[in-house]
Amino acid sequence: MPVPAHMEFFIDPNRCIGCQACVQACSECDTHKGHSMIHLEYVDRSHSVQTAPVVCMHCDSPTCAEVCPADAIKRTEDGVVQTARKPRCIACNNCVLACPFGVPKMKTDAHLMMKCDMCYDRTSVGRRPMCATVCPSEALFFGTREQIEARRKRSAPTNSFRFGNQAITTKVNMMLPVTARSEYIDVTAAMGDRNVGKDIRFTVLTDALFDDAEERTV
Amino acid sequence: MANAPDQTSLFVDRFGPHPAYATEVHLETSGRIDRLVSTHCCFCGQQCGINLKVRDNAVVGFEPREDFPFNEGKLCPKGVKRYLQGMHPDRLLSAFERDDSSPSGFRPMTYERAVERVAAEIDRIQREHGPDAFAVLSGASLTTEKTYLMGKFARVCLKTRYIDYNGRLCMVSAGAGNKKAFGIDRAANPWSDIPKAEVVWIAGANVAECAPITTSYVWQARENGARIVVVDPRITPIARTCDLFLPVKPGRDIALFNGVLQLMIENDWIDGDFIERHTVGFDAVAEHVREWTPRRTAEVTGISEKAIRKAAEWWGQASTSFLLHARGIEHHTHGVQNVLGAINMVLASGRIGREGCGYATITGQANGQGGREHGQKCDQLPGWRDIENDEHRSYIASVWDVEPETIPHSGVDAYEIFRKIEAGEIRGLLSICFNPKVSLPDNSFVTRMLEKLDFFVAIDFFLSETAQHADIVLPGSLHEEDEGTVTQIEGRVIKINKAVDPPGDARQDWRIVQDIAHALGRPHGFSFESPREIFDELRIASRGGVADYSGITYEKIQKQNGVFWPCPGDDHPGTPRLFEADSWNPVAKGSGPFYFPDGKARMNVAPYTPPAEDVDDEYPLMLTTGRVVSQFLSGTQTRRIGPLVDQYPEPLCEMHPRLAEALGIRTGDPVIVESRRGTMRLPAIVVSTIRPDTVFIPYHWPGARSANQLTVSAQDPISKIPEYKVCAVRIRKEA
Repeated sequence: MPVPAHMEFFIDPNRCIGCQACVQACSECDTHKGHSMIHLEYVDRSHSVQTAPVVCMHCDSPTCAEVCPADAIKRTEDGVVQTARKPRCIACNNCVLACPFGVPKMKTDAHLMMKCDMCYDRTSVGRRPMCATVCPSEALFFGTREQIEARRKRSAPTNSFRFGNQAITTKVNMMLPVTARSEYIDVTAAMGDRNVGKDIRFTVLTDALFDDAEERTV
Repeated sequence: MANAPDQTSLFVDRFGPHPAYATEVHLETSGRIDRLVSTHCCFCGQQCGINLKVRDNAVVGFEPREDFPFNEGKLCPKGVKRYLQGMHPDRLLSAFERDDSSPSGFRPMTYERAVERVAAEIDRIQREHGPDAFAVLSGASLTTEKTYLMGKFARVCLKTRYIDYNGRLCMVSAGAGNKKAFGIDRAANPWSDIPKAEVVWIAGANVAECAPITTSYVWQARENGARIVVVDPRITPIARTCDLFLPVKPGRDIALFNGVLQLMIENDWIDGDFIERHTVGFDAVAEHVREWTPRRTAEVTGISEKAIRKAAEWWGQASTSFLLHARGIEHHTHGVQNVLGAINMVLASGRIGREGCGYATITGQANGQGGREHGQKCDQLPGWRDIENDEHRSYIASVWDVEPETIPHSGVDAYEIFRKIEAGEIRGLLSICFNPKVSLPDNSFVTRMLEKLDFFVAIDFFLSETAQHADIVLPGSLHEEDEGTVTQIEGRVIKINKAVDPPGDARQDWRIVQDIAHALGRPHGFSFESPREIFDELRIASRGGVADYSGITYEKIQKQNGVFWPCPGDDHPGTPRLFEADSWNPVAKGSGPFYFPDGKARMNVAPYTPPAEDVDDEYPLMLTTGRVVSQFLSGTQTRRIGPLVDQYPEPLCEMHPRLAEALGIRTGDPVIVESRRGTMRLPAIVVSTIRPDTVFIPYHWPGARSANQLTVSAQDPISKIPEYKVCAVRIRKEA
């Protein structure tokens, strides 16, 4: 049974609280039990508690499959990019290096690439993926477009990304603030810029206390 | 009496803590489980619904439980990995006796002999030193049935006045504040009111880490257009994207609440009609807060004047709102005053008792709510009755079939019990579900007192750091090995269902307690055959009390997916929202929505006082303690679950770069943190998400990694909660 077309995956990093429930739950999924396929990292813990969860975006034209010399990565008709097929995978790492989102993991002990398959064992029988079921903040959400529109008035989904000249559309959606609505997310736009993260300062903790502080210090 | 055994390799081999990971039996569960048991998580007060996978009388995994309305399948990492405590190598499978000649420090013994010895020691101590020489420490992670039984056991069987519980470390400031202001202590609203609020004010609550599922309610409010105000010395994950962050100096919350109220009054952002009709005491409060000008408030709280004005404007002008607070404002020597100050802001706004208008403390422990209602507190009888009220004593005596004068009078709080051990008044102790050696402040004192006891018996499923001091350890039950009710964060009574039988010689806790009563030759009132029988007696005992459970049955809980107390009759559906305008309660009897004879809420003058131990030249920094998302309380369970240990393996000392720079400290450097009580060494993490004058250490670890070596044992004079959230320390980089 395919994953129902009206059930979609939505990611909203703005909601993520870094609790790792998704990471811990991913390793409970029956198809890859004991291994977590989710990446969850602090963007820059020294300056913020912000974290970003990354699951497979399930690209319409998956780069991982395109670069696979062994044709081990299949995309099912319902748009789910499966983990590498064990008999075919030669553990060459091409997919790991090529995926623009950095999703596949190489399990060197098993000589096998593993990645998120959107809990195919669950989603193909009408259930929600582990991560999006447990996520306490609904940063990972699996449901219908109507549900997301009704619940998320401040943001809107997009599934178009640009990495330099490469345009990618994905099965998984990323929520963007409505104020920042754009036709696509330009992922590498800031790559040439200085690492601004280091310059961010939460001055709220060190601000002047008094409304007239400026006048007083003058 | 006993020193804890040396932590030899044989001791650790037997008792751990070993971090458990999924093994073959856990990994290959697909299609091979015997049954799925619908129940709740064993950890925090949210009590998320969860389904446990059971095979061959063992919990081998979980499935999200989407039918429970509070969490709809959501779980935090603790809930996801909780199943790994089943089949754990550290599990106590028999009774143990302390024995220095045994290589592990303990020798297994038969359950029957252990119970006999416990009874003999209790009898001896009480014969020689009187009934009050034996004390009981209990816990709020137990089911309500067990907490009820512990209170009854202390008063009826042991006839000791000295019983208290670990909620003393947790919910008592909120409880006392609520009682003073509303006459009842329960979340005033179900969480479904949070997304309907225009302003959500979160004071001293690390929601994302300590009550993670609550995050989705707050975020939903934000999606609906609410403004989120967070008061905290640290930018926690819930604070990261809030609309207004108020970085309060630890221990100064009441100044902020008074300052905001002052601005509300000054700008007429108050509900005069509500104040007039439904409250008492406004004038005195208004007079008191007059001195809390924005400037003074800023001076004391360390929050900018501008932010204070903005907060008052938003809170004052909202038409709906929800105020949440937790241990951040409650763990103080003026914790009750902080709570009263927060409640004054709510009452002055008139926004309570209506849809989208709410107030609640975020209860911490699994049964933090139910565990504080039915008599394991030192001054309380079931149904939230007062142990010093003759009418209440008579009623409970009739339920227990004893003479009212045989019920002991009020005892003392959990920390004071240790002081009474020091004074030699208490000689023997039974503890269950409490690990004070890790969780109480200034814990080197606690350790010395455990060593001083003539006799100590612990009921536990793992050998906690406290149980290591026991003369006898009785093997109790895990959450999934028993049934019973728990009252979660919203005041909803829910049902824990049994998934497996206790392994080996382990027993359900209520059976152990009854066995002791029988071995003592004092069996009267301790012949329950099931938790359901205990619950049925509890229903009668609570009837007519403020916390009235009389209309709640296991079947009703099942049918309604939980019942909010008060539920005073068989056909009563329960009370999700308190203080609705036309509501009836047994204290006001129709004269108003609040639980006082006149039906009116009390506004209490809440004066500011600085923390018990302020900073000085010698100890110039403030230490605040708290939790991380992957660990729970004293860690007896979560330090034994491998994936949770890996997520945050050891305590780190959070400090601001400005402070770190001055001290020459970088992330990862070992630092020495010293207070007047103790010293600890731990790695630093330098983050600009904390006030520069404050450092943070999580408290889940024992021994040299315990933050409570440093904390101060000063307590709130009313609630007796310890001041975990602020004490003075100094820090240096390890040479």
